[in-house]
Amino acid sequence: MIGISTAILCSILMPLVGILGNLVLRNSINLRDSFTFLVSVLTFGSVFTVFILSGGVQNEELSLFMVLPNLDIAFKVEPLGLLFALVASGLWMLTHLYGIGYMRGNNEARQAQFFAFFCLAIFAVMGICFAANMFTLFLFYEILTLSTYPLVAHKGDPLSVSGARVYLGILLGTSIVFLLTGLIWTYALVGHLDFVAGGILNGKIAVGLLPILLGLYAFGIGKAALMPLHRWLPAAMVAPTPVSALLHAVAVVKAGVFTMLKVGVYIFGIDFLAESGASQWLIWLAAISIILASIFALMQNNLKKRLAYSTVSQLSYVTLAMALATPMAAMGGGMHIAMHAFGKIALFMCAGAIYVVTKKTDVSELSGLGRKMPITFIIFAIASFSIIGLPPFGGSWPKFLLILGAVDTGYFSIIAVLMISSLLNVAYLLPIVGRGFFVKSKDGLDLKLIHEAPLLCWLPAAIAAGTCLLLFFYAGLIQDFLRPFAQGSI
Amino acid sequence: MAIEHANHVALSLQEQLPIWLIVIPFITAPLILLLGNKQLAWLLSFVATGISLFISILLSLHLKSGGVISYHIGGWAPPIGIEYRIDATNALILLLISSIGTVVLPYAYKSVNSEINPKHHTLFYACYMLCFTGLMGIVITGDAFNIFVFLEISSLATYVLVAMGAYKDKRALTAAYDYLILGTIGATFFVIGIGFLYMATGTLNLVDLAERISSQGLNRTIRAGFGFIVIGLGLKIAIMPLHLWLPKAYTFAPSAVTVFLSATATKASMYVLLKFLFSIYHPSFAFEENTILIIFMPLAIATMFLASIVAIFQTNLKRMLAYSSIGQIGYLLLGASLMNSMGLTATLVHMFNHGITKALLFMGAGILALKVGKVSYENIAGLGRSMPLTAAAMVVGGLSLIGVPGTAGFISKWLLIQAAFANGWWQISLLIVVSSLLSVVYVWRFIEILYIAPNNKMGTKTEASASMLIPMWILAFACLFFGFFTDLTLGTAQTAAENLLSLPNSVLQTTLGDGS
Repeated sequence: MIGISTAILCSILMPLVGILGNLVLRNSINLRDSFTFLVSVLTFGSVFTVFILSGGVQNEELSLFMVLPNLDIAFKVEPLGLLFALVASGLWMLTHLYGIGYMRGNNEARQAQFFAFFCLAIFAVMGICFAANMFTLFLFYEILTLSTYPLVAHKGDPLSVSGARVYLGILLGTSIVFLLTGLIWTYALVGHLDFVAGGILNGKIAVGLLPILLGLYAFGIGKAALMPLHRWLPAAMVAPTPVSALLHAVAVVKAGVFTMLKVGVYIFGIDFLAESGASQWLIWLAAISIILASIFALMQNNLKKRLAYSTVSQLSYVTLAMALATPMAAMGGGMHIAMHAFGKIALFMCAGAIYVVTKKTDVSELSGLGRKMPITFIIFAIASFSIIGLPPFGGSWPKFLLILGAVDTGYFSIIAVLMISSLLNVAYLLPIVGRGFFVKSKDGLDLKLIHEAPLLCWLPAAIAAGTCLLLFFYAGLIQDFLRPFAQGSI
Repeated sequence: MAIEHANHVALSLQEQLPIWLIVIPFITAPLILLLGNKQLAWLLSFVATGISLFISILLSLHLKSGGVISYHIGGWAPPIGIEYRIDATNALILLLISSIGTVVLPYAYKSVNSEINPKHHTLFYACYMLCFTGLMGIVITGDAFNIFVFLEISSLATYVLVAMGAYKDKRALTAAYDYLILGTIGATFFVIGIGFLYMATGTLNLVDLAERISSQGLNRTIRAGFGFIVIGLGLKIAIMPLHLWLPKAYTFAPSAVTVFLSATATKASMYVLLKFLFSIYHPSFAFEENTILIIFMPLAIATMFLASIVAIFQTNLKRMLAYSSIGQIGYLLLGASLMNSMGLTATLVHMFNHGITKALLFMGAGILALKVGKVSYENIAGLGRSMPLTAAAMVVGGLSLIGVPGTAGFISKWLLIQAAFANGWWQISLLIVVSSLLSVVYVWRFIEILYIAPNNKMGTKTEASASMLIPMWILAFACLFFGFFTDLTLGTAQTAAENLLSLPNSVLQTTLGDGS
């Protein structure tokens, strides 16, 4: 009989086994990659065991040791974290398969090192998911930044080095200057940093200072890519596509907004935020971020950068959800973490598949490719529909809940923002599909050599896109699962 | 702790621990010269420092939660005789010095072989032991003049050690000369200050001094003494703008010497400064409070920023690390100038944590220096790929220098910011985090150069030998260990900070053995 604690530890430590495997087996390629896949399956299995055993709620926290007074390294199951862990570890399996296809298809250098750092990043994500207090979360948050830096700089050419510098500079800089200050300030006020339902700050801080503290968190969590601190995300697109797909569409960015939601719900407490009105400014900033990033996305010709700006925009939905500070919006934000993940990872995988086959990276070069690579482009279309929020795809629910949240709080203009954003989504995603199928290529000659992407490149994308469809029908389950989180009744 | 008379014989060995800490390494020095054998010299030094380390561990475990051990040299009771006085504060520093002193030696063997004239090898170990003794003595003694004596022992030995770098690079001679001049000025100022205090109070015992100063109040002599002592020690600590000797000395000294000095020498003087600032004089004196707030705090902040900015623009790894050390002294000073027990705790913890971090980084720089000669960024480019173990340990050190969570450096930074918040000075905490961004820049610069830059002209190099890698990785693990397990560092430092801040007449008097 395995206890919950053991299963949690297994989920967190399993990716480290993957690092070991990549170091030991670095020269026997097939064995190495199968071993890492096995590790990813076992990680997902461990998270799933946690899910079965706990049902999303655990009373006892698993405290490893105390680092500073009242600050310990501790883990605990909690619905939102568990959902995130399931999504991240589940998609890791897909991305690893895709990564094998991509890295081999492109003959990338230093693959063992690449996969080892990938495992380290997943380790950090698992730690973030199960962290029982903000101190533990911060530790893993920084490990995630540092472990993804070598992945972004992987190619080693001047472009990726400077991209990686921006990446590290913004993420590490914001976390040190704002987040750390915010943490220590909170600790000085409250005396601990545990995640407690209903928040810990109520009554401990002058209400006038609350917006400032919230600002330290909102800008300190740079991974949430709130404008104007979003530039690291497009910069990170120099990384190989599996990194962009799993880390910069799912794990890293979702770790950011996940932290944002956790801070909103368990540190500030949504009731306290709502009463004090401290988050009003953040609502508007998030709204601006949603619209502006979509407009930037429209202007990008590079496919991955366009998707990156789309991510910036979509991440602000979650920040908006936190700032609205109602249970309904928090639910929408939590659900958006899962729904957006499946759609966006599929889009990135398609972009990577196109690159592997054609070496093309710009939207303007995609004319006519749809007829040569129909599967890839159909998957791209399905995932786009989910991102836009069209039924019957999973992406429609979080938007619906967010609109309900906006109605609850009386921010009717936010509804307009969400609608405009959906239209902009249509404007920057669907033309890509249209161009692929309906526009004739100018240089018709080289199209003859182009064929469908390799199986390992499109199958994972197809599974992710298929899940978008499924999630539309099973969203109720997720909603029930997240209910204790949104209502703060754990 | 009270000792039953009947147990006296059985415990006598333990009672002598404080003096052994000094006498064993001290005797080793001439012994090494007399034997004149390189291998034997190394072995003797290693055994002697190892014994000191063992004793330091015993003492700090004993004193972690409080208490004082007072040892009377030759059975002469203080204030007439010289007293060795150990409490949690200096136990922590003794532990730092003896552990670095021990762990450097296995590393030093290879580095000495290639960096120092073969004729001078035994001399090197003798000087090393003298320097070690001097630093331990500065920290352990409870007598003001005795501090000066040990300060001179360690300094004279250090001048020789730095000058030994001349075998590789003649500039070590001017570096040693600069250090000699400035160090001597510093020591002279210090001894003048002690003279003033003796004139005013008629005693040299530190506890006694503290009591007499607080009972007789201030006069001009005591103030003048304060000025001389602070400036003298400031030179030794290398507080900006008194830091000019440090970058050159650290850059041109043999690698093993730099490792040892960077971790210990400035820390020992810093300890003495803290002792004078908080125990002997007391911050409740208005003139001292003003000095700290108007002179120390701005200096600390300026040091943090200026030295870090200079470090960013260095193109030689050792020089960069040297400037970073000066910048870190700013943090130490800032913690002290917050004048609360939390700030003092942060300073003490950072002394320890930065000691191991910087020793680790200088060890890495020394290994690279063995391979390529001068550790300019051009020469070390791309070595991370061919020397993965050395470079990985240096990354750990770099992260600890930045203060990434999970490393020792993070703990000290956290405590420092928390101390600023405790005073309500959020502006100070903002300055601390902003200045640590500068360390991100200079650390990341060398990490990028090690791993990403194209290979240097000299081709790839083989990994360093185990005798150098093992000490390095011990320190790397220590950097990580003390990032998670803070019981020893923080626990001791908290007790120590309270000891330093407690008023002299409330000092707990415990006597362990009289040395007769």
